[in-house]
Amino acid sequence: MNVAVLIKQTPDTAELPKVTVAEAQSGELQATMVINPWDEFAVEEAIDLSDRFSCDTTAISLGREGETDALKHALAMGVDSALHVDESVVEGGDEWATAEALAAAVRKVDGGEDVEIVLAGKMSVDGNSGVIYAGVACKLGWDLLVNVTRIVDIVDGTLIAEQAFEGGQETVEVPLPVVISVAKEINEPRYPSFMGIRKASRAAIPTLGREDLEFPLSRTTRWTDLNKPETEEVQVRIFEGASVEEKAAQLADALMAERVI
Amino acid sequence: MMASTTEFLYTEEHNLVRKMAYDFTRNEVMPIIAEHDRKHTFPFELLPKMAQLGFLGICLPARYGGAGMDFLSLGIVSEALEYGDSSVRETVAVHLALHALPIFQWGTEEQKETFLPGLAGGDQIACFGLTEPGAGSDVAALQSRAVRQGEEYILTGEKMWITLADVADRFLVFAKTQPEKGARGISAFVLERGWEGLTTGSLEGKMGVRASNTGWINMQDVRVPASHRLGEEGEGFKIAMSCLDNARFGVAAGAVGIIRACIDESVKYALQRRTFGKPIAEHQLVQQMIAQMQQDLDIGELLVWKAGTLKNQGVRNTRETSMAKWFCTEAARRAADNAVQVHGAYGYSDEYNVERHLRNTKSAVIYEGTSQIHTLMQAAYTLGMREDRPLRCPMPAYDPDAWQ
Repeated sequence: MNVAVLIKQTPDTAELPKVTVAEAQSGELQATMVINPWDEFAVEEAIDLSDRFSCDTTAISLGREGETDALKHALAMGVDSALHVDESVVEGGDEWATAEALAAAVRKVDGGEDVEIVLAGKMSVDGNSGVIYAGVACKLGWDLLVNVTRIVDIVDGTLIAEQAFEGGQETVEVPLPVVISVAKEINEPRYPSFMGIRKASRAAIPTLGREDLEFPLSRTTRWTDLNKPETEEVQVRIFEGASVEEKAAQLADALMAERVI
Repeated sequence: MMASTTEFLYTEEHNLVRKMAYDFTRNEVMPIIAEHDRKHTFPFELLPKMAQLGFLGICLPARYGGAGMDFLSLGIVSEALEYGDSSVRETVAVHLALHALPIFQWGTEEQKETFLPGLAGGDQIACFGLTEPGAGSDVAALQSRAVRQGEEYILTGEKMWITLADVADRFLVFAKTQPEKGARGISAFVLERGWEGLTTGSLEGKMGVRASNTGWINMQDVRVPASHRLGEEGEGFKIAMSCLDNARFGVAAGAVGIIRACIDESVKYALQRRTFGKPIAEHQLVQQMIAQMQQDLDIGELLVWKAGTLKNQGVRNTRETSMAKWFCTEAARRAADNAVQVHGAYGYSDEYNVERHLRNTKSAVIYEGTSQIHTLMQAAYTLGMREDRPLRCPMPAYDPDAWQ
């Protein structure tokens, strides 16, 4: 069995990048690019499954040519191999096209026969769509589990997992193969080891292009424009008064005047 | 955190180390360190984590239990740790650069095999005892004595301002075996906690590095096996100075981390804080302070890279490491001072990290050779009054195949 884990390279949020519209349109961001933080939980879970069930692990990322830092990070954490999918295959397409390309890449892992679990983080910190894994499941024709907080066991081709939902948690069973998005409660991602770093820095990561993937591109949505929202001027009023009651009464009057309450 | 200005000089391996070490600092060090600083407590909880990641033996060969990384990696980890706080970087500097690396450089094969694996894995924590109540920069003035009796030495004396004194299990101390020979009569010894006559204590009331342990070591007729003498009799001064070549490198790299932290915090604050109708980042005198920090960062990174590269090549680097330590620690003090100024009254409170960095940087311009000592060293090199002679045991060059 092989576990594929989908990861994305995103700007380092610790830098608070000041991304301009032109940069976003061109993709040439002046920011340090790292593995999407949500995806680290998926990578950790893949490595944990590898330890528990003796499976192979493969990280897959769609990105611009040479954008392999996130894949190297996953290798340094401990995944066995990595696949880079050249972003040009989706020709600037939308989430559906991305999911299509990633599903095609999953089919390429070990000849396409052996992958039974695809793991993904719940969203990316830049795109924020949170739908790619659903599209991948749809394209692969596999079941989908979302917001998984624990993979309990895999028995006779059935995966047992716990999912969180608003105000509760449920245990579910699903036949393999399956696509799973993980919640941050599922684990604590490890730091790369020095041994892993050495292995990752020397790894040659194959890139898959359009001729390798052979999938029909069903592009539906394109950017026609991109803008930053207008900044809104906020006015601050401080209510003076002799007592809390007097200040509260002024506040209530003001809120009613503005028809907030 | 801005990208390193020397990123183009580093390998992919270094960049992965950099991300890992900064992630560690942000996730493990920064959430807890302000409280430890406030309470003057040592962050013991970080030791097993740093040991597990291999920080405590990062540039020792794998055959001695180390991670087998190069000296630039040590610099990168030092920078990242001190981005969080000086005290955490100091632990690695003292344990590794001032104790384990000297054993790697000067020890017999038997000593390396005996001592290094436990140190690299963090089973023992180690420190370095050179300074005495009456001997700091003037190393030759130390008063501790070691008298040989058969296969043992009897050590007597007191060490002061010793980082990790009250935490360490192992102590590399220096004592005079032949006092009449001055600096040439000093020898080095590895002592172990629990030996009769060896006691330690902590010093209170420090201005900075409050989350580090600083203390004293007292030796009252401590019996030390001759097998625990490091190097030849009388080689202690050379060993001590070579230790400083190791530690000063970490201090310099760590100081770069402080400058980077000061820039990050000042930029963030300056873009948010508004006065006279605009962000203070738009005031030219604030810009001047931030530009000065950036200039210092760019220069400091290059000096650290140069020293680390010479270390990797096995080239004597006393001058270059001294220059990096001198410049980077003074630059870090300047940056922290400016960062507090940018933050105004808030910077003067421990609500923000910059006041802690300012207190910490004052110690960095004192330990591992005061700025005045480094000034004199650099003048002596330039005037042709100082020359580094080859050592009997030079630090080996980094060998990626043999070390891993």
